[in-house]
Amino acid sequence: MKTTIATSLIVVTTLTAPIAHAETLRLLTWGGYAPEEVIAKFEAETGHTVEVTTSNNEEMIAKLRATNGGGFDLAQPSQDRITSAQEEFGIYKPIDMSRVHSELFIPSMLEATAANTTFEGEVYGLPHVWGTSGLVVNTAEAGAVQDYVDLCDASVAGKVSYRLKRPTLIGFAYSMGLDPFAAYNDTGKYQDILNQVEAKLTECKPNVKAYWGGGDEIKNLLRSGEVVASMAWDTGGWQLNADNPDITFVAPKSGALGWIDTFVLPARGRADDAAYDWINFVMRPDIAAMITNTAGNFTAAVDGDAGVSADLKARYQGSFDQTAIDNIKWYPPVPAGLEALEGATLDRINAAN
Amino acid sequence: MPFFTSRGCILSDPTHDLVCSDLMKDFDGFRAVDHVSFEVPKGSFFSILGPSGCGKTTLLRMIAGFQSPTTGDLLIKGKSMIGVPPNKRPVSMVFQHLALFPTMSIGDNVGFGLRQRGVARADIARRVDEVLDRVGLPGVSTRRIDQLSGGQKQRVAIARCMILEPDVLLLDEPLGALDLKLREHMKVELKSLQAAFDTTFVYITHDQSEALVMSDNIAVMNQGRFEQVGAPHEVYHNPQTAFVAGFVGDANKIDAKVSAVNGTRLTLTSSAGTEMKVEETGSSLMVGQAVQVFLRPEAIELSKSKDGIEDELNVSRCTVNAVLFNGSNSSVMVRDKAGSLFSVALPQTGSLADLREGDEVFTCWRPQKARCYPAPEV
Amino acid sequence: MRSDASKLGFYLLLAPIVLWLLVLIILPHVGLFIVSISEKIGPRIYETGFGNYATFFGEPLYWRTFARTAIMSILATALTLILGFPIAYYIAKLTRGRTKTTLFLMCMIPFWVSELVRTFGWMILLRETGVISTTLQIIGVISGPIELLYNDAAIMVGLVYTSILFMVVPLVTTLDSLDDSLIEAGYDLGGTTTSILREIVIPHAMPGIVSGCIVVFMLSLGNYLTPILLGGKDSLWFTGMIYNQFITRFNWELGSALGFLLLALSSAIVFLGLKLSKQSLSNTMGRA
Repeated sequence: MKTTIATSLIVVTTLTAPIAHAETLRLLTWGGYAPEEVIAKFEAETGHTVEVTTSNNEEMIAKLRATNGGGFDLAQPSQDRITSAQEEFGIYKPIDMSRVHSELFIPSMLEATAANTTFEGEVYGLPHVWGTSGLVVNTAEAGAVQDYVDLCDASVAGKVSYRLKRPTLIGFAYSMGLDPFAAYNDTGKYQDILNQVEAKLTECKPNVKAYWGGGDEIKNLLRSGEVVASMAWDTGGWQLNADNPDITFVAPKSGALGWIDTFVLPARGRADDAAYDWINFVMRPDIAAMITNTAGNFTAAVDGDAGVSADLKARYQGSFDQTAIDNIKWYPPVPAGLEALEGATLDRINAAN
Repeated sequence: MPFFTSRGCILSDPTHDLVCSDLMKDFDGFRAVDHVSFEVPKGSFFSILGPSGCGKTTLLRMIAGFQSPTTGDLLIKGKSMIGVPPNKRPVSMVFQHLALFPTMSIGDNVGFGLRQRGVARADIARRVDEVLDRVGLPGVSTRRIDQLSGGQKQRVAIARCMILEPDVLLLDEPLGALDLKLREHMKVELKSLQAAFDTTFVYITHDQSEALVMSDNIAVMNQGRFEQVGAPHEVYHNPQTAFVAGFVGDANKIDAKVSAVNGTRLTLTSSAGTEMKVEETGSSLMVGQAVQVFLRPEAIELSKSKDGIEDELNVSRCTVNAVLFNGSNSSVMVRDKAGSLFSVALPQTGSLADLREGDEVFTCWRPQKARCYPAPEV
Repeated sequence: MRSDASKLGFYLLLAPIVLWLLVLIILPHVGLFIVSISEKIGPRIYETGFGNYATFFGEPLYWRTFARTAIMSILATALTLILGFPIAYYIAKLTRGRTKTTLFLMCMIPFWVSELVRTFGWMILLRETGVISTTLQIIGVISGPIELLYNDAAIMVGLVYTSILFMVVPLVTTLDSLDDSLIEAGYDLGGTTTSILREIVIPHAMPGIVSGCIVVFMLSLGNYLTPILLGGKDSLWFTGMIYNQFITRFNWELGSALGFLLLALSSAIVFLGLKLSKQSLSNTMGRA
């Protein structure tokens, strides 16, 4: 019976809605970027269905590479990881700006992202959620930690943690007074910076309790008090702050690292209509606020912060004054091949004794 | 321990390799071995014969040391073995399925015990060859176990024990797995091996012919008890209990009642109504008592006519029910007037070779040939 | 006619296994090999060569990590054997009927939850604010919290725990087939517990020991979650390195080469182990 009803429903919908026909949107995104209630609302309004796969930057690219850009209709990597992946693997297709309601986006962010994701004259990315990474500190026990290099201080020996990933290299470089982003296009200079950071991180290794891998892991370590200071995302710090007022996100003196997660269309995506519908839907101020409330990060939507909870706004303002905001180091696009150098550096740090 | 003093003469007697006194073994709510006492003289072949479940394996395992008796004592060469683990006892055991180590060569199998004693490697090799020679398997020490026949394996198993020169060799139905022909052959061979090694053998079996052929002494065991201990001919011809009479050798069993007692001469009436005379010395049977009569097939004579048969004998007219030809062991099943079936050995003289089913014959047997026991109370 | 029909039947029965081997084992490996011999020259430009393999031998980090992984796996295998043998012996020889089934099931209980959950369980036990550290503080054995997590010993515990079943099962099977009378015969002939273990039980259980060791070694070598989650900052594991190459470095070429080397080197170690224990693979897998 059920199947008959379902079949007839499909028949009816396909007959009655021949223009805006329903599609299945296969969305490859981060945890929290597609809350259940938003999906329900979207499905009710448009008739599309949404299948969500949560992932991270590296895995998104790896997944799309494995299928040459197939398997998903919309993905959300960070803006700095788009052009290099496009250059190497050709896994995305350009955005058709005529189908995007660009008035929903904060113009400066839309422009910046467009500039950062342009490859061979075509724009590949639209901004969605942005945030920073910096330090999450238990201020009662490690109030002295103000910058990345402070993690190597003897006062917090054995009670700090960070990831063994590229943001750590870049954060440490800035706090050591270097400017890695400026050296992005000069391999020799960049390698020189990496060598200095490698020396620092190798020296710092005894201070580290463990290199963390996942967001839940570092939150656990901080909550239990086993770790008192760590490199982490701002949202993680704000979430912990809700449970323990001593723990909060601190924008490092040398500047928090700013990232923007985007919308990109996988090269072999099949449901472009649904993808554009989703983009225009979630950038609406009311929906954007819903996403901010679950993900903990603000969006590039005009008036998107209007509906955000007062608590979250207060925590944001507590971590970022105007100087800190001005000091945010936004990731420029990573040139192809740079990650190989960073990988080798990370390997050597990992193996050092 | 009072019996130590009362049996002190046995304890110091050097002619007994194995003495069990009042051995008892209880398992949960079940007595496997019940007050068993016996002595095995040095260099003799002693068999324990009984049906499966009679407790003979438990008894053997107590001697080997794998089980400890609940009460009682066990002496080997005059020394108590209570509390002595199996690897410290001067006994060796040939297991039912031989338990040769399949991962070792024959030489390593036979040399196992000497290796445990820390004997020098060259010495072991020499003694292994020696003992394999004695069991008639020279030059096989490098071969694998599965390259041997059943009988050869048997000899290897014995060699593996004998190399340790045990005081007592225990054998747990080792012929059970062999085919009939080989079993017949091994009986003779085991006996001669025992004579050659001049070691005390304690052999358990449920096969009466194995026990009868090989043993110097047989103990018949039933429900945890020894029913009778004696030489094979004694056990065969003078069974002391109904169980022994029925278990050792073939016998026709007749249920009867005593109708008259006249000195040693009893007159019995079988349950089918036939009268018979039985000579029984030293029995305390009384008129009216229920008895069991055991009569060996070879004790019954067959003839075609009644002529020349003494009055003394029990005679009855029967019809041949079946002729069971089996060479020298041929027998005839006959049915008497009352309808009871008897097994009768066919004489080797050939005088009755033409006997056919349905023929009429006369059976007769001497009153002295039958054994008569009080019927077990039901 | 009949032989034709039975031949057809034979091939039909063979087809699934051949297909399985081809589609799931051989084809992916051929693909992996082709990827592993392409060297990246620039974006989307590749050249055929063995450069990726040369990288492995040229970069000490890679082969040191492999050696470390292999040695730790061998150690984990040995520990699993030492722990698993008495358990298997107890189950196979000293229990009967229901107790046996119950004990066997108890060995399997850890496998009713996923590896991730099992590993998190160990993290809860071993961490600084975890169950063991807290308990020891309460009963006064130690004065301050101790960190038991994030070191090689924690990895070892996790690996042994994860693989003990794969050691116990083949051991129980082979020990089950050991006739009790062989052990009794050993005692009867003057053997001690150690000499019987050495000369009778272990030679008999050898196929089970070897097959258990192969499985446990391969499982440990190929384990990813346990070393990553329980290991410390110095605890590199070869599979983690392969994951890094594939996922975070986008270097499929080197990743494939490392994957192939893992296959080749682990096969070589297993081969060496078989030679040393004088067992053949078919004998081992057939009997256990």
